[in-house]
Amino acid sequence: MPSPQRMPSSRRPSRRRGRRSPLATVVLLALGLVFTGSSYALFTATSAGDAATAASQESIDHGQKLFAANCATCHGMNLEGTEAGPTLLGVGAASVDFQVGTGRMPLANTGPQAPEKPVMFTEEDIQAMADYVASVSPGPGIPEEEYLQTTGDATRGAELFRINCAMCHNVAGAGGALTQGKYAPALHGTSPKHIYEAMTTGPQNMPVFNDANLTPEDKRDIITALKYQEEAPSPGGYELGSLGPVAEGLFAWVFGLGAIVALTVWITARSN
Amino acid sequence: MANDGSGSDIVRADSSHGADASPGTAVIAADAFENPGLPPHRERVTDLDPKADRRHERVVSLLFYLSIVFSVAAIAAYFAIPIVENDPWSVRLNTLFLGLSIAGALLSIGVGTVHWGKALMDNAERVEMRHQTRGTEETRARSVEIFQEADKESGFSRRSLLRNSLIGALVAAPLPAIFLFRDLAPRDNDPAAMLAHTAWKEGVRLARDPSGTPIRAADVTLGSVFHVIPEGLEESEHYLEEKAKAAVLLMRLKPEDLNVSPGRETWNYDGIVAYSKICTHVGCPVALYEQQTHHLLCPCHQSQFDIKQEAAVIFGPAKRPLPQLPISVDSEGYLVAQSDFHEPVGPSYWERRGDYDV
Repeated sequence: MPSPQRMPSSRRPSRRRGRRSPLATVVLLALGLVFTGSSYALFTATSAGDAATAASQESIDHGQKLFAANCATCHGMNLEGTEAGPTLLGVGAASVDFQVGTGRMPLANTGPQAPEKPVMFTEEDIQAMADYVASVSPGPGIPEEEYLQTTGDATRGAELFRINCAMCHNVAGAGGALTQGKYAPALHGTSPKHIYEAMTTGPQNMPVFNDANLTPEDKRDIITALKYQEEAPSPGGYELGSLGPVAEGLFAWVFGLGAIVALTVWITARSN
Repeated sequence: MANDGSGSDIVRADSSHGADASPGTAVIAADAFENPGLPPHRERVTDLDPKADRRHERVVSLLFYLSIVFSVAAIAAYFAIPIVENDPWSVRLNTLFLGLSIAGALLSIGVGTVHWGKALMDNAERVEMRHQTRGTEETRARSVEIFQEADKESGFSRRSLLRNSLIGALVAAPLPAIFLFRDLAPRDNDPAAMLAHTAWKEGVRLARDPSGTPIRAADVTLGSVFHVIPEGLEESEHYLEEKAKAAVLLMRLKPEDLNVSPGRETWNYDGIVAYSKICTHVGCPVALYEQQTHHLLCPCHQSQFDIKQEAAVIFGPAKRPLPQLPISVDSEGYLVAQSDFHEPVGPSYWERRGDYDV
């Protein structure tokens, strides 16, 4: 929102004439910013309110159209599944939000695993499809905001993570290999909502961690631990991807041994 | 004694190293290649130019002064960047600057001395002639004489009572160690029997790791995996040892997906199966469960177990399937063990029988 007062060419003559206080520019700018900000906040608040009240027939109908156009080829017109894709009966809104919200669905091509890729749909479209799938048969819903906060017990979360998750996702959440081309992805940069949904729904080969196994508080603690790990500085210096002995060993052999070889060559070389 | 050379055979290579120098062997082959000798001595810049000599001297002394600076810097860093409790970042900075300073101090000394040696010390090549290691005849005869004299004076051969009783005392001296170190081995418990049994027994509830809360059969939904310990394990005297043997992975499959062998029909509960988490190869925790393929992967050596076929090995170095824990449900709906494992969990050991029947 560039106002004319900000431009140097117009500011100089105004100062020369002395008809406007030098503070006028600042005040005007501040007023403009406050106005735009508040009106934007008002607008988004009203639209969010609309969406919340209308987990409505309208959204479900919209979702059904999107589903028929984008998903039904593999998952069937009635979510019954085909040879190309599993049934979506009972997977719930959380599963749709995770799979479509991280770009894993729609699938680009078949392979051992659906990789994360750029998201193909808008927030509203994903919500509509989630509403539709949840309306056909019930399943885990999109998690509540209170369990997505990173204010839980990070120590407890880290212990639960080590027992339940670390064997596949690496103790630092850096991901790891599974069998025959499958892998557990790295968890850095994944939003708390998607981490929660993955635990609840068990996408692809990940097991399900239902609320009886890990309660919503447990899940919140795990998310807290992961986010703490992501943000906290590493006391040991550069992590080398947190991949453990392979990366560290390679570094030590290449650079440590390289330095020793270079020093040895220098020590034994003749001086001029 | 035998060394009759006293350094006089070390000669400057460029002055007297020539064809008359014996290579130290009596065999002279007609077609032996000629000893090329050392290349001619080459003077260095510092040998020829006094200015360069002074310059290198300054460089070396500068490195030594630099080392002093680094040492002082290490002390300063220790006080300037203290380790603050609950602040991992301070540990990192503290160790980083301490390490860099101390490394710089030592490296400067090392580089300085090596450079001193290479550029300034006399670097003329010298040849040291080989000589035989065998002593002269007189030396050899004299050493035999010394031994004989000692034997005669001490009476070691003559006084057989003294000699034999001394040998007896020397043999007996290490014996107490055997009895002392015996205590390091298990005494009242048989390690083989301890390996063969775990904390599971009839009626023990399956509990979540680490909270120890029991698990209802209804909690285990399709595709779930639970990490399980026996209930009440935390009261065990050797908690970690017991946990290391009793850790179990609990999964639920569709009952029709399970290929149950005869005799094991009652070991699962409605598709819920429990298998030992300890790999039969070298004992790593096997817990990488793929809920679509129902394969369990051991992260250490990539052994794969197929839960659909009672954890049969389908890949990797493991030799035996994971032992299955027979489970059922008690009157309150909690999952309980029917018995202990029917075979020892984990890798092989010497006393492990090969014929465990179911």
